[in-house]
Amino acid sequence: MILGYAGKFLEVNLSTEKIKEVSFDDEILEDYVGGRGLAAKILWDRLGSKWEKIDPLQPENILLFLTGPLTGYFPGGRICVSGKSPQSNGVVGSTVGGEFGVELRCAGYDGIIVTGGAKKPVYLLVKDSEVEIRDAGHVWGKDAKQTVRILTKECREILKKRFPLYGEWKEPAILYIGPAGENKVRTAVVAAKWTHAAGYGGYGAVMGSKNLKAVAIKGTGPLPPVANMKKIERLIQVVNDNAYESELWRRWGTGGGGYEFGAKTSSEPVRNWQNEWHDEKSFGVDQFENRVWIKQSWSDFGCPTCCLKIAMVKNGKFKGAITDNPDYEMQAYLGPNLGIFVPEENVFLSTLIDDLGLCGIQTGNVMGFAAELFQRGILTRKDLDGIELKWGNAEAFANLAKKIALREGIGDLLAEGTYRAALKIGKRKNLDVLQYAVQSKGISIGAHGIRSGKDYPEIISYVCSVQGGDHTSTAGLPLAGGGSELMEIFNDSGVYCNFNSFGIPRNVRFNFYTAVTGLKLTRKEWCSTKALRVLQLQRTMLLLGGPDQKWNPKIHDANPPRFYEPLLSGPYKGKTAEKTAVEEYKRRYYRAVGWDKNGIPKSENLRKLGLQDVNRALENLR
Amino acid sequence: MTKKKEPIWIARELSKCSGCRKCEIACSLFHEKRIWPEASRIRVFMLVPGVEFPHFCSQCEDYPCVQSCPVNALSVSKKTGAVLVNTKTCIACGKCISACPGRIPHMHPNGKYVLICNLCNGDPQCVKVCQEGGWNVLKKISKEDRIYKLYARTPEETTRDLALKIYGEKAEEFL
Repeated sequence: MILGYAGKFLEVNLSTEKIKEVSFDDEILEDYVGGRGLAAKILWDRLGSKWEKIDPLQPENILLFLTGPLTGYFPGGRICVSGKSPQSNGVVGSTVGGEFGVELRCAGYDGIIVTGGAKKPVYLLVKDSEVEIRDAGHVWGKDAKQTVRILTKECREILKKRFPLYGEWKEPAILYIGPAGENKVRTAVVAAKWTHAAGYGGYGAVMGSKNLKAVAIKGTGPLPPVANMKKIERLIQVVNDNAYESELWRRWGTGGGGYEFGAKTSSEPVRNWQNEWHDEKSFGVDQFENRVWIKQSWSDFGCPTCCLKIAMVKNGKFKGAITDNPDYEMQAYLGPNLGIFVPEENVFLSTLIDDLGLCGIQTGNVMGFAAELFQRGILTRKDLDGIELKWGNAEAFANLAKKIALREGIGDLLAEGTYRAALKIGKRKNLDVLQYAVQSKGISIGAHGIRSGKDYPEIISYVCSVQGGDHTSTAGLPLAGGGSELMEIFNDSGVYCNFNSFGIPRNVRFNFYTAVTGLKLTRKEWCSTKALRVLQLQRTMLLLGGPDQKWNPKIHDANPPRFYEPLLSGPYKGKTAEKTAVEEYKRRYYRAVGWDKNGIPKSENLRKLGLQDVNRALENLR
Repeated sequence: MTKKKEPIWIARELSKCSGCRKCEIACSLFHEKRIWPEASRIRVFMLVPGVEFPHFCSQCEDYPCVQSCPVNALSVSKKTGAVLVNTKTCIACGKCISACPGRIPHMHPNGKYVLICNLCNGDPQCVKVCQEGGWNVLKKISKEDRIYKLYARTPEETTRDLALKIYGEKAEEFL
């Protein structure tokens, strides 16, 4: 057995209520590591032969909660959620912070594989090796804060009753869905605490489709044994010291972005990306810090950065709204993207999105899209069930978000996410509204634009990513460089917070891997074999797609049309992405990762990576 | 860190806790040579998100836990003032947990003996990491003539107080 792993996975079939333990061969763990990499492997092995027919929102889909060998050791614990994505029909390694991954490993498991679907709402309670499927009827329909409150109390009472001599039980770590996930909204998240979310991929809807409201875990064991604990302690110190040097990063988290990515780099979505520049000082981090932050440092297991803060509206009509920072993505997508530049209104919307179990990025994107259609007269007030969806009207957007989460009226259509909603509206109105949809392969683009060229994503970052518009998994060259998707695959497979890897020497993460597992792994080896294997699997499942949407690289390996419109104003006014440059970079990228000119992984490369069955599956697409 | 005259105490400002749990990591590494949050002598509770705080021995003046032990497995360190658990004689009966006004001690996950903070023999590891990170929830001080027992509170009690401090009247909805 490889060191650093608990050595077993929990498999729960919700249809038959059978619970068992499974394990994977050392070679598989060595090749695919954990988290995102292992998710791709498990999904391919179990569903690959019928991938196009698998409906992500039916019991035949598999839902995965996977840790990696670095979870709990590398500062900043996370857990990776995956399955067939109801957004892209491919595979997304969607990670979320919190203590769930650590608790899972302390309970003796590297991950949970959920198959089938329950007949009625249930939740899973795991206490070390004791696992049970429990009724969740009383929390079904409950929002984030009430779900956490009720389940925390209930699970602690159960533990207290069972182990009366133990002393006080700490809370279990809980992953759950809100009303949006229950209603299979494609922009629903799998959430932790009140505000943490695995958003990209839409796995909240998958959980909902399985009638799985939550998973609660309490593990009382240690983290799995490692090869060299002394070395790990030294490496933890390197990561900590690096974080402690960054005063403003720790103080603000990404909360400085709401103003700076607009004013400084012109890369923030403003009114559905009609612009990416604004100079609204009302949205400055100082305003957030001084007016709404009630907790300056909020962090997850082992984190030295504490990029999270807690915000609360103290006065006015949104008084009492409570959420985290909001971080940059929430600031942007529930702020300028909707024409909102007031911190309190932003906190209010962010709170509502959390409470409903929606993804702020994906839902902010589809609401911005709808608002632009309203601005252009394509969607009328009647279409919107009477909502006057004007830019800057926080209450109107709040009403719309509720309708989306509950799939009421227009909300039912927008609950399909921007891409699918655009197709439907286009058909209904007989117009091309896809031109206003800022997404890539069913996944809305994170709040980092490419037109100014001043932010980190490159012109093909979203075009070629196997996770579409995911701003935490952007594609770029060189493949072994910092901007490569292959490095993101490492973060998401080792399963730790990449925010704590900013600024550390690149080899630290591989040294970490070696200290934990005892296995040698260099960046070069990772990028030339293992990560590529994961990339090809993800690319293949993305292209096989189905059942409702399939992607043709010639059409869909593309930036949204909006990115070719010149920026309207600001210091980079007139700048835009250039199609010829994008096509040229795309060709270079295809070559580097071993895809043919049509974007299909080449036979010879797949064979070299030992992926013969993947090669056969792609024959129809060539 | 400046040397403090012994016996010592760990002063605590709970509302500053970020919930990073580095204290649990440091404690379990020191005592167990592993990262083992449930075997940590200091445990961070989060019964309400945002309301994280460390729960650990407050060294009451009258040491009710020591008095309650039926097998004399608990004693007070003359040097540091900490409660020491004799792991060989402890029978894991849980009487000290009931005797503690804050129900602070808890069983080692191995089930064999109870865990109580021993101040790392005068050099508490939790304080180091908390200070290093700049959170300063924990500070080592010389023990003065004060009523430390006030800090022996159950997780529910502390959660209620801190939730009120952080969330005001909204706190009731989360408790």
